[in-house]
Amino acid sequence: MANRPMLEIVSLEKRFGPNTILKKIDLKVTEGELVFVIGPSGSGKSTMLRCCNRLEEPTSGDIIVDGRNIMAGTRRDLDRMRLQIGMVFQGFHLYPHMSVLKNVTLAQRKALKRSKTEADARAMDMLEQVGMAHKADAYPGELSGGQQQRVAIARSLALDPKVMLFDEPTSALDPELVGSVLKVMKDLKSKGMTMVVVSHEMGFARETADRVIFMDGGVVVEQGTPDEIFGAPKAERTRAFLSRVSG
Amino acid sequence: MTAMERFLETFFNPTVMAKYTPDIIAGIWVTLTIAAAVIVAGIAAGLALACLRSYGIRVLNFFIICYADIFRALPPLVVILILYFGFPSIGIQLSGPMVLFIVLAATLAAFAEEIFWAGFSSVEKGQWEAGIATGLGFTRTLAYVALPQAVRLAIPPLVNRVLAITKMTALGSAIGVSEILSSATTAQSFSGSATPLTMSVVAYLVIFLPMVVIARWLESRTAWKKR
Repeated sequence: MANRPMLEIVSLEKRFGPNTILKKIDLKVTEGELVFVIGPSGSGKSTMLRCCNRLEEPTSGDIIVDGRNIMAGTRRDLDRMRLQIGMVFQGFHLYPHMSVLKNVTLAQRKALKRSKTEADARAMDMLEQVGMAHKADAYPGELSGGQQQRVAIARSLALDPKVMLFDEPTSALDPELVGSVLKVMKDLKSKGMTMVVVSHEMGFARETADRVIFMDGGVVVEQGTPDEIFGAPKAERTRAFLSRVSG
Repeated sequence: MTAMERFLETFFNPTVMAKYTPDIIAGIWVTLTIAAAVIVAGIAAGLALACLRSYGIRVLNFFIICYADIFRALPPLVVILILYFGFPSIGIQLSGPMVLFIVLAATLAAFAEEIFWAGFSSVEKGQWEAGIATGLGFTRTLAYVALPQAVRLAIPPLVNRVLAITKMTALGSAIGVSEILSSATTAQSFSGSATPLTMSVVAYLVIFLPMVVIARWLESRTAWKKR
Protein backbone atom coordinates (compact mmCIF):
# COMPACT_ATOMS: atom_id res chain seq x y z
CA MET A 1 0.00 0.00 0.00
CA ALA A 2 2.79 2.38 -0.86
CA ASN A 3 0.43 5.01 -2.17
CA ARG A 4 -1.96 5.08 0.73
CA PRO A 5 -2.41 8.74 1.68
CA MET A 6 -1.48 9.23 5.35
CA LEU A 7 -1.98 12.96 5.56
CA GLU A 8 -4.13 15.04 3.25
CA ILE A 9 -4.43 18.77 3.43
CA VAL A 10 -7.46 19.89 1.44
CA SER A 11 -7.88 23.55 0.42
CA LEU A 12 -6.53 24.70 3.76
CA GLU A 13 -7.01 28.35 4.45
CA LYS A 14 -5.80 30.37 7.43
CA ARG A 15 -6.53 34.00 8.03
CA PHE A 16 -5.40 36.21 10.90
CA GLY A 17 -7.69 39.22 10.77
CA PRO A 18 -7.19 40.82 7.34
CA ASN A 19 -4.08 38.76 6.58
CA THR A 20 -4.37 35.52 4.69
CA ILE A 21 -1.50 33.30 5.82
CA LEU A 22 -2.45 30.19 3.87
CA LYS A 23 -4.32 30.34 0.58
CA LYS A 24 -6.11 27.12 -0.33
CA ILE A 25 -3.23 24.74 0.28
CA ASP A 26 -3.54 21.18 -1.03
CA LEU A 27 -1.04 18.54 -0.10
CA LYS A 28 -1.11 14.76 -0.03
CA VAL A 29 1.53 12.82 1.87
CA THR A 30 1.59 9.07 1.28
CA GLU A 31 2.60 6.37 3.73
CA GLY A 32 6.32 6.36 4.45
CA GLU A 33 6.95 9.52 2.49
CA LEU A 34 9.17 12.31 3.75
CA VAL A 35 7.96 15.68 2.53
CA PHE A 36 10.33 18.54 3.12
CA VAL A 37 8.92 22.06 3.25
CA ILE A 38 11.09 25.08 2.53
CA GLY A 39 10.35 28.72 2.07
CA PRO A 40 11.20 32.19 3.37
CA SER A 41 10.07 33.16 6.86
CA GLY A 42 6.48 34.30 6.82
CA SER A 43 5.69 31.99 3.90
CA GLY A 44 3.20 30.09 6.08
CA LYS A 45 5.08 26.80 6.29
CA SER A 46 5.03 26.57 10.08
CA THR A 47 1.41 27.68 10.18
CA MET A 48 0.53 24.94 7.71
CA LEU A 49 2.25 22.37 9.90
CA ARG A 50 0.53 23.67 13.03
CA CYS A 51 -2.83 23.47 11.31
CA CYS A 52 -2.23 19.75 10.75
CA ASN A 53 -2.98 19.00 14.43
CA ARG A 54 -5.07 22.12 14.97
CA LEU A 55 -2.62 23.82 17.31
CA GLU A 56 -3.50 26.57 14.91
CA GLU A 57 -7.17 26.53 14.02
CA PRO A 58 -7.67 26.51 10.23
CA THR A 59 -10.09 29.10 8.92
CA SER A 60 -11.39 26.56 6.42
CA GLY A 61 -10.37 23.35 4.73
CA ASP A 62 -9.88 19.76 5.82
CA ILE A 63 -7.04 17.83 7.40
CA ILE A 64 -7.36 14.10 6.84
CA VAL A 65 -5.13 11.74 8.75
CA ASP A 66 -5.24 8.13 7.58
CA GLY A 67 -8.71 8.61 6.18
CA ARG A 68 -10.19 10.50 9.12
CA ASN A 69 -10.97 14.18 9.00
CA ILE A 70 -9.66 15.92 12.11
CA MET A 71 -11.81 18.95 11.33
CA ALA A 72 -14.92 16.89 12.02
CA GLY A 73 -15.89 15.41 15.35
CA THR A 74 -15.84 16.49 18.99
CA ARG A 75 -13.03 17.85 21.14
CA ARG A 76 -12.40 14.36 22.47
CA ASP A 77 -12.17 12.94 18.97
CA LEU A 78 -9.61 15.63 18.22
CA ASP A 79 -7.50 14.75 21.27
CA ARG A 80 -7.64 11.11 20.26
CA MET A 81 -6.55 11.94 16.73
CA ARG A 82 -3.76 14.17 17.98
CA LEU A 83 -2.21 11.04 19.46
CA GLN A 84 -1.71 9.84 15.90
CA ILE A 85 0.04 13.03 14.85
CA GLY A 86 3.46 13.44 16.42
CA MET A 87 4.84 16.93 16.62
CA VAL A 88 8.39 18.10 17.24
CA PHE A 89 8.93 21.77 18.03
CA GLN A 90 11.79 24.12 17.39
CA GLY A 91 11.99 24.80 21.14
CA PHE A 92 11.70 21.12 22.25
CA HIS A 93 9.22 21.98 25.02
CA LEU A 94 10.12 19.12 27.30
CA TYR A 95 8.45 19.34 30.71
CA PRO A 96 11.14 20.76 33.00
CA HIS A 97 9.62 19.34 36.19
CA MET A 98 9.73 15.73 35.02
CA SER A 99 12.54 13.30 34.37
CA VAL A 100 13.23 12.25 30.79
CA LEU A 101 11.39 8.98 31.39
CA LYS A 102 8.34 10.78 32.82
CA ASN A 103 8.33 13.14 29.85
CA VAL A 104 8.01 10.15 27.55
CA THR A 105 5.46 8.27 29.65
CA LEU A 106 3.09 11.11 30.59
CA ALA A 107 0.83 11.09 27.53
CA GLN A 108 1.09 7.30 27.25
CA ARG A 109 -0.27 6.98 30.78
CA LYS A 110 -2.79 9.81 30.82
CA ALA A 111 -4.02 9.90 27.23
CA LEU A 112 -3.44 6.36 25.93
CA LYS A 113 -4.12 4.88 29.40
CA ARG A 114 -1.24 2.46 29.19
CA SER A 115 -0.09 0.77 32.39
CA LYS A 116 3.06 2.03 34.07
CA THR A 117 5.00 -1.10 33.12
CA GLU A 118 3.91 -0.89 29.52
CA ALA A 119 4.56 2.85 29.24
CA ASP A 120 7.98 2.57 30.86
CA ALA A 121 9.00 -0.27 28.55
CA ARG A 122 7.80 1.59 25.48
CA ALA A 123 9.57 4.76 26.65
CA MET A 124 12.85 2.93 27.14
CA ASP A 125 12.55 1.42 23.66
CA MET A 126 12.01 4.82 22.12
CA LEU A 127 14.79 6.44 24.17
CA GLU A 128 17.05 3.61 23.00
CA GLN A 129 16.09 4.37 19.42
CA VAL A 130 17.09 8.04 19.77
CA GLY A 131 20.21 7.20 21.77
CA MET A 132 18.98 8.70 25.01
CA ALA A 133 18.22 5.65 27.16
CA HIS A 134 21.22 6.39 29.40
CA LYS A 135 19.61 9.72 30.38
CA ALA A 136 16.21 8.32 31.39
CA ASP A 137 16.54 9.62 34.95
CA ALA A 138 18.00 13.02 34.03
CA TYR A 139 15.96 16.22 33.94
CA PRO A 140 15.61 18.25 30.73
CA GLY A 141 17.61 21.13 32.21
CA GLU A 142 20.59 18.80 32.52
CA LEU A 143 20.62 17.94 28.81
CA SER A 144 22.05 19.70 25.77
CA GLY A 145 19.66 21.04 23.13
CA GLY A 146 20.32 18.12 20.81
CA GLN A 147 19.65 15.65 23.59
CA GLN A 148 16.46 17.44 24.54
CA GLN A 149 15.24 17.38 20.97
CA ARG A 150 15.90 13.65 20.71
CA VAL A 151 13.92 13.08 23.90
CA ALA A 152 11.13 15.20 22.44
CA ILE A 153 11.12 12.96 19.37
CA ALA A 154 10.94 9.88 21.60
CA ARG A 155 8.04 11.46 23.49
CA SER A 156 6.08 11.74 20.25
CA LEU A 157 7.11 8.33 18.91
CA ALA A 158 6.03 6.56 22.08
CA LEU A 159 2.42 7.32 21.16
CA ASP A 160 2.74 5.34 17.92
CA PRO A 161 1.85 8.22 15.62
CA LYS A 162 0.92 7.65 12.01
CA VAL A 163 2.61 10.81 10.88
CA MET A 164 5.33 12.98 12.39
CA LEU A 165 5.48 16.73 11.96
CA PHE A 166 8.80 18.51 12.48
CA ASP A 167 8.67 22.27 12.93
CA GLU A 168 12.22 23.53 12.39
CA PRO A 169 13.59 20.81 14.67
CA THR A 170 17.23 21.88 14.44
CA SER A 171 16.90 25.67 14.21
CA ALA A 172 17.50 26.23 17.93
CA LEU A 173 20.50 23.94 18.09
CA ASP A 174 24.21 24.67 18.13
CA PRO A 175 25.66 23.56 14.78
CA GLU A 176 27.60 20.64 16.28
CA LEU A 177 24.40 19.18 17.76
CA VAL A 178 22.32 19.28 14.58
CA GLY A 179 23.76 16.05 13.20
CA SER A 180 22.55 13.88 16.09
CA VAL A 181 18.96 15.00 15.56
CA LEU A 182 19.09 14.61 11.78
CA LYS A 183 20.45 11.11 12.23
CA VAL A 184 17.47 10.18 14.38
CA MET A 185 15.15 11.58 11.72
CA LYS A 186 16.94 9.63 9.01
CA ASP A 187 16.57 6.41 11.02
CA LEU A 188 12.91 7.17 11.42
CA LYS A 189 12.49 7.62 7.70
CA SER A 190 14.23 4.31 7.00
CA LYS A 191 11.80 2.62 9.40
CA GLY A 192 8.95 3.82 7.21
CA MET A 193 7.57 6.76 9.20
CA THR A 194 5.50 9.29 7.31
CA MET A 195 7.08 12.67 7.91
CA VAL A 196 6.55 16.34 7.12
CA VAL A 197 9.59 18.44 7.89
CA VAL A 198 9.80 22.22 7.91
CA SER A 199 13.47 23.04 8.04
CA HIS A 200 16.42 24.85 6.50
CA GLU A 201 18.69 21.81 6.46
CA MET A 202 18.98 21.58 2.68
CA GLY A 203 21.68 18.91 2.82
CA PHE A 204 19.35 16.68 4.80
CA ALA A 205 16.57 17.35 2.29
CA ARG A 206 18.73 16.36 -0.68
CA GLU A 207 19.75 13.16 1.02
CA THR A 208 16.52 12.03 2.66
CA ALA A 209 13.45 13.77 1.28
CA ASP A 210 11.15 12.09 -1.24
CA ARG A 211 9.62 15.38 -2.17
CA VAL A 212 10.47 19.03 -1.56
CA ILE A 213 7.82 21.70 -1.36
CA PHE A 214 8.61 25.36 -1.80
CA MET A 215 6.14 27.74 -0.18
CA ASP A 216 5.95 31.48 -0.46
CA GLY A 217 3.21 33.95 0.39
CA GLY A 218 0.84 31.26 1.68
CA VAL A 219 0.85 29.09 -1.45
CA VAL A 220 2.80 26.06 -2.65
CA VAL A 221 4.86 27.62 -5.43
CA GLU A 222 6.58 24.51 -6.62
CA GLN A 223 7.15 20.92 -5.65
CA GLY A 224 9.22 18.02 -6.88
CA THR A 225 12.02 15.64 -6.01
CA PRO A 226 15.05 17.16 -4.26
CA ASP A 227 16.96 16.94 -7.54
CA GLU A 228 14.25 18.83 -9.39
CA ILE A 229 13.89 21.58 -6.80
CA PHE A 230 17.52 22.04 -5.88
CA GLY A 231 18.93 21.14 -9.31
CA ALA A 232 16.52 22.80 -11.70
CA PRO A 233 13.93 24.96 -9.97
CA LYS A 234 11.29 26.14 -12.42
CA ALA A 235 9.81 29.12 -10.61
CA GLU A 236 11.69 32.38 -10.32
CA ARG A 237 10.76 32.69 -6.62
CA THR A 238 12.23 29.26 -5.87
CA ARG A 239 15.43 30.15 -7.64
CA ALA A 240 15.71 33.46 -5.76
CA PHE A 241 15.10 31.75 -2.41
CA LEU A 242 17.59 28.96 -3.04
CA SER A 243 20.31 31.33 -4.15
CA ARG A 244 19.72 33.38 -0.99
CA VAL A 245 20.00 30.44 1.40
CA SER A 246 22.94 28.81 -0.34
CA GLY A 247 24.68 32.14 -0.95
CA MET B 1 13.88 50.77 92.13
CA THR B 2 16.35 51.17 89.32
CA ALA B 3 15.29 51.68 85.73
CA MET B 4 16.36 48.15 84.94
CA GLU B 5 14.26 46.72 87.73
CA ARG B 6 11.26 48.71 86.62
CA PHE B 7 11.74 47.47 83.08
CA LEU B 8 11.87 43.84 84.20
CA GLU B 9 8.94 44.32 86.57
CA THR B 10 6.85 45.74 83.71
CA PHE B 11 7.67 43.30 80.92
CA PHE B 12 8.99 40.17 82.62
CA ASN B 13 7.06 39.84 85.87
CA PRO B 14 7.40 36.15 86.89
CA THR B 15 4.22 36.03 88.98
CA VAL B 16 2.13 37.41 86.13
CA MET B 17 3.83 35.05 83.72
CA ALA B 18 3.05 32.02 85.83
CA LYS B 19 -0.56 33.08 86.28
CA TYR B 20 -1.37 33.76 82.66
CA THR B 21 0.73 31.15 80.84
CA PRO B 22 -2.25 28.74 80.50
CA ASP B 23 -4.35 31.52 78.92
CA ILE B 24 -1.63 32.37 76.44
CA ILE B 25 -1.15 28.70 75.56
CA ALA B 26 -4.87 28.37 74.97
CA GLY B 27 -4.55 31.44 72.73
CA ILE B 28 -1.73 29.78 70.81
CA TRP B 29 -4.00 26.85 70.04
CA VAL B 30 -6.79 29.09 68.82
CA THR B 31 -4.36 31.03 66.62
CA LEU B 32 -2.81 27.85 65.24
CA THR B 33 -6.15 26.23 64.47
CA ILE B 34 -7.57 29.27 62.71
CA ALA B 35 -4.29 29.93 60.87
CA ALA B 36 -4.11 26.34 59.63
CA ALA B 37 -7.71 26.41 58.45
CA VAL B 38 -7.15 29.78 56.72
CA ILE B 39 -4.01 28.55 54.96
CA VAL B 40 -5.61 25.35 53.68
CA ALA B 41 -8.90 26.92 52.61
CA GLY B 42 -7.34 30.11 51.22
CA ILE B 43 -4.71 28.36 49.11
CA ALA B 44 -7.14 25.71 47.87
CA ALA B 45 -9.71 28.32 46.87
CA GLY B 46 -7.09 30.55 45.27
CA LEU B 47 -5.67 27.67 43.27
CA ALA B 48 -9.12 26.55 42.17
CA LEU B 49 -9.95 30.09 41.01
CA ALA B 50 -6.67 30.42 39.10
CA CYS B 51 -7.30 27.05 37.38
CA LEU B 52 -10.83 28.10 36.44
CA ARG B 53 -9.47 31.37 35.12
CA SER B 54 -7.04 29.56 32.83
CA TYR B 55 -10.00 28.16 30.85
CA GLY B 56 -10.52 31.70 29.59
CA ILE B 57 -14.30 31.84 30.00
CA ARG B 58 -14.93 35.56 29.75
CA VAL B 59 -17.93 35.97 32.08
CA LEU B 60 -16.43 33.75 34.73
CA ASN B 61 -13.08 35.51 34.56
CA PHE B 62 -14.78 38.86 35.01
CA PHE B 63 -16.18 37.69 38.35
CA ILE B 64 -12.93 36.06 39.44
CA ILE B 65 -10.98 39.24 38.71
CA CYS B 66 -13.58 41.40 40.51
CA TYR B 67 -13.41 39.14 43.53
CA ALA B 68 -9.61 39.13 43.62
CA ASP B 69 -9.37 42.90 43.21
CA ILE B 70 -11.99 43.69 45.84
CA PHE B 71 -10.59 41.38 48.48
CA ARG B 72 -7.05 42.54 47.85
CA ALA B 73 -8.15 46.15 48.21
CA LEU B 74 -10.28 45.87 51.37
CA PRO B 75 -8.66 45.94 54.82
CA PRO B 76 -9.72 42.60 56.38
CA LEU B 77 -10.66 44.34 59.63
CA VAL B 78 -13.45 46.24 57.88
CA VAL B 79 -14.94 43.03 56.50
CA ILE B 80 -14.55 41.31 59.86
CA LEU B 81 -16.48 44.09 61.64
CA ILE B 82 -19.24 44.08 59.03
CA LEU B 83 -19.70 40.31 59.22
CA TYR B 84 -19.53 40.21 63.00
CA PHE B 85 -21.51 43.29 63.95
CA GLY B 86 -23.57 43.96 60.85
CA PHE B 87 -24.72 40.55 59.64
CA PRO B 88 -26.65 39.58 62.80
CA SER B 89 -29.07 42.41 61.94
CA ILE B 90 -29.96 40.63 58.68
CA GLY B 91 -30.31 37.34 60.52
CA ILE B 92 -26.90 35.85 59.83
CA GLN B 93 -25.19 35.08 63.12
CA LEU B 94 -21.62 33.85 62.84
CA SER B 95 -19.27 33.09 65.71
CA GLY B 96 -16.14 35.18 66.11
CA PRO B 97 -13.71 32.44 65.06
CA MET B 98 -15.93 31.65 62.04
CA VAL B 99 -15.94 35.31 60.91
CA LEU B 100 -12.18 35.51 61.36
CA PHE B 101 -11.71 32.30 59.37
CA ILE B 102 -14.04 33.31 56.52
CA VAL B 103 -12.57 36.78 56.05
CA LEU B 104 -8.93 35.76 56.27
CA ALA B 105 -9.43 32.73 54.03
CA ALA B 106 -11.29 34.87 51.48
CA THR B 107 -8.48 37.45 51.57
CA LEU B 108 -5.80 34.82 51.19
CA ALA B 109 -7.77 33.22 48.35
CA ALA B 110 -7.82 36.54 46.48
CA PHE B 111 -4.07 36.99 46.78
CA ALA B 112 -3.35 33.32 46.11
CA GLU B 113 -5.47 33.43 42.95
CA GLU B 114 -3.40 36.32 41.61
CA ILE B 115 -0.14 34.63 42.58
CA PHE B 116 -1.09 31.30 40.97
CA TRP B 117 -2.40 33.14 37.94
CA ALA B 118 0.95 34.90 37.57
CA GLY B 119 2.50 31.44 37.80
CA PHE B 120 0.24 30.09 35.03
CA SER B 121 0.98 33.12 32.88
CA SER B 122 4.70 32.53 33.07
CA VAL B 123 4.45 28.90 31.96
CA GLU B 124 5.72 28.93 28.39
CA LYS B 125 3.12 28.64 25.65
CA GLY B 126 5.17 25.79 24.21
CA GLN B 127 4.51 23.71 27.32
CA TRP B 128 0.77 23.91 26.66
CA GLU B 129 1.32 23.10 23.01
CA ALA B 130 3.44 20.07 23.83
CA GLY B 131 0.74 18.73 26.13
CA ILE B 132 -2.06 19.40 23.70
CA ALA B 133 -0.15 18.03 20.71
CA THR B 134 0.37 14.76 22.60
CA GLY B 135 -3.38 14.35 23.02
CA LEU B 136 -3.58 15.33 26.68
CA GLY B 137 -6.23 17.95 25.99
CA PHE B 138 -6.58 21.17 27.95
CA THR B 139 -7.56 19.82 31.36
CA ARG B 140 -4.87 17.17 31.61
CA THR B 141 -2.23 19.56 30.27
CA LEU B 142 -3.36 21.99 32.95
CA ALA B 143 -3.13 19.36 35.66
CA TYR B 144 0.10 17.59 34.77
CA VAL B 145 2.10 20.15 32.82
CA ALA B 146 1.12 23.71 33.68
CA LEU B 147 -0.01 23.36 37.29
CA PRO B 148 3.19 21.88 38.74
CA GLN B 149 5.24 24.58 37.03
CA ALA B 150 2.87 27.36 38.11
CA VAL B 151 2.89 26.13 41.71
CA ARG B 152 6.65 26.09 41.79
CA LEU B 153 6.82 29.65 40.52
CA ALA B 154 4.14 30.66 43.01
CA ILE B 155 5.75 29.29 46.16
CA PRO B 156 8.03 32.20 47.15
CA PRO B 157 5.42 34.97 46.83
CA LEU B 158 2.74 32.68 48.21
CA VAL B 159 4.71 31.91 51.35
CA ASN B 160 5.18 35.61 52.02
CA ARG B 161 1.48 36.21 51.59
CA VAL B 162 0.56 33.28 53.82
CA LEU B 163 2.74 34.72 56.57
CA ALA B 164 1.19 38.15 56.20
CA ILE B 165 -2.37 36.82 56.32
CA THR B 166 -1.93 34.32 59.14
CA LYS B 167 -0.47 37.07 61.32
CA MET B 168 -3.78 38.88 60.84
CA THR B 169 -5.42 36.31 63.12
CA ALA B 170 -4.54 39.01 65.69
CA LEU B 171 -7.50 40.94 64.26
CA GLY B 172 -9.66 38.43 66.14
CA SER B 173 -8.98 40.48 69.24
CA ALA B 174 -11.38 43.08 67.83
CA ILE B 175 -14.29 40.65 67.92
CA GLY B 176 -13.42 38.70 71.05
CA VAL B 177 -11.84 35.62 69.50
CA SER B 178 -9.56 34.35 72.26
CA GLU B 179 -6.46 34.00 70.13
CA ILE B 180 -3.00 35.00 71.37
CA LEU B 181 -3.31 38.78 71.26
CA SER B 182 -6.81 38.74 72.70
CA SER B 183 -5.76 36.51 75.61
CA ALA B 184 -2.77 38.76 76.21
CA THR B 185 -4.74 42.04 76.27
CA THR B 186 -7.33 40.50 78.57
CA ALA B 187 -4.58 39.31 80.89
CA GLN B 188 -2.96 42.73 80.68
CA SER B 189 -6.07 44.55 81.82
CA PHE B 190 -6.67 42.11 84.70
CA SER B 191 -3.08 42.16 85.91
CA GLY B 192 -2.25 45.77 85.13
CA SER B 193 1.08 44.51 83.84
CA ALA B 194 2.53 44.59 80.33
CA THR B 195 4.06 41.17 80.86
CA PRO B 196 1.27 39.26 79.04
CA LEU B 197 2.03 41.35 75.97
CA THR B 198 5.64 40.24 76.15
CA MET B 199 4.35 36.69 76.39
CA SER B 200 2.29 37.23 73.25
CA VAL B 201 5.44 38.41 71.45
CA VAL B 202 7.16 35.18 72.45
CA ALA B 203 4.13 33.15 71.40
CA TYR B 204 3.99 34.77 67.96
CA LEU B 205 7.71 34.20 67.49
CA VAL B 206 7.33 30.56 68.51
CA ILE B 207 4.68 30.10 65.81
CA PHE B 208 5.93 32.31 63.02
CA LEU B 209 9.71 32.07 63.19
CA PRO B 210 9.61 28.38 62.20
CA MET B 211 7.25 29.32 59.37
CA VAL B 212 9.73 31.89 58.10
CA VAL B 213 12.47 29.27 58.25
CA ILE B 214 10.28 26.78 56.39
CA ALA B 215 9.56 29.50 53.82
CA ARG B 216 13.26 30.02 53.22
CA TRP B 217 13.78 26.31 52.84
CA LEU B 218 10.86 25.99 50.40
CA GLU B 219 12.18 28.86 48.32
CA SER B 220 15.63 27.32 48.15
CA ARG B 221 14.31 24.12 46.68
CA THR B 222 12.06 25.65 44.02
CA ALA B 223 14.79 25.97 41.38
CA TRP B 224 14.78 23.44 38.51
CA LYS B 225 17.65 21.04 38.16
CA LYS B 226 20.04 22.77 35.80
CA ARG B 227 23.02 21.65 33.86
